[in-house]
Amino acid sequence: MSDTPTTPGYTPFPAAGNISDAEREDLRRHGILLTSLEELYGWGRSNSIWPLQFGLACCAIEMIAAATARFDIARFGAEIFRPSPRQADLMIVSGTVTKKMAPQVVRLWNQMPEPKYCIAMGACAISGGPFKQGYNVLKGIDRFIPVDIYIPGCPPRPEALLHGLTQLQEKIRAERVSGPQAARHLQPDAASEFPVPDYGPHDLTPPSNPAIFTAPVLPRKA
Amino acid sequence: MSDHPHAFLALFLGVALAFPLLMLAVAWLWVRFFQPAKPGPRKNATYECGLEPSGDSWIQFKAHYYLYAILFLIFDVEVLFLLPFAVAFTGLSTGALLAMLVFILLLAEGLVWAWHRGHLEWK
Repeated sequence: MSDTPTTPGYTPFPAAGNISDAEREDLRRHGILLTSLEELYGWGRSNSIWPLQFGLACCAIEMIAAATARFDIARFGAEIFRPSPRQADLMIVSGTVTKKMAPQVVRLWNQMPEPKYCIAMGACAISGGPFKQGYNVLKGIDRFIPVDIYIPGCPPRPEALLHGLTQLQEKIRAERVSGPQAARHLQPDAASEFPVPDYGPHDLTPPSNPAIFTAPVLPRKA
Repeated sequence: MSDHPHAFLALFLGVALAFPLLMLAVAWLWVRFFQPAKPGPRKNATYECGLEPSGDSWIQFKAHYYLYAILFLIFDVEVLFLLPFAVAFTGLSTGALLAMLVFILLLAEGLVWAWHRGHLEWK
């Protein structure tokens, strides 16, 4: 199978011992499906991602379009947009995050139960985009929230969002239940809450979460 | 399976108990062996659309409407008991008649009290 995730330490089918992907695919063609509980768990989770119903700017329009019949995000099991963070698995940060909005976004992220994932949709959510030089725009939501998938574009088309979603599904399917490769929500010492910044008189305090974000250094030639 | 006509109710009860208990047991085992619970003050904070929660989510509000609901219950319960009372009226003993009159009097007294206090006027 060519689409097997290539995470280091990933064994394609741990429960079956020595069976290879080719043999497994051969069995599948004869109508015999082999799986492990771990795979079944990832398969179920990856096909029922419930996003938070939450839009910030023009990217949200594309997100809405992705949910309608023409693009139909329901094909991937992610059509149930939840209006409460308590029932959501995925936060699609769709649009410009202003500094005034950032505390609310981080608070919503904190209120989502594990396992939770974050998609930064569009240039603004990734880096501030065209408003990066603005005084009131957060330069990327990954300063406060661990982002799983970045979708470039301004705004990205619905197909791009669907592609990001399928990438996230692959990521979820590759997550292990135990061991050092275990998913973040299964690790006892991985953080589940992230500090909510204060909207101060000049900037957010702190301007970023140092535990998950370090500003990239631009290498300059001497 | 017993041939008692209501034996299926016992079966339903058993399934209704076993199903949620099984689900809860699986969830408990999952948390116990795989997914450590990570509660916290930020995560458990009251949900107010992302805004900073102010106060508790348990708030008090006026129970005015519920007075109407309770007063409606007077008529509701009364009708419920008046119908068998009327059907069996000719064959009732004196004690049963008195008991029924006391019952109606108690309910009517509640209505009169509420009327007198002005609870029937919407403010």
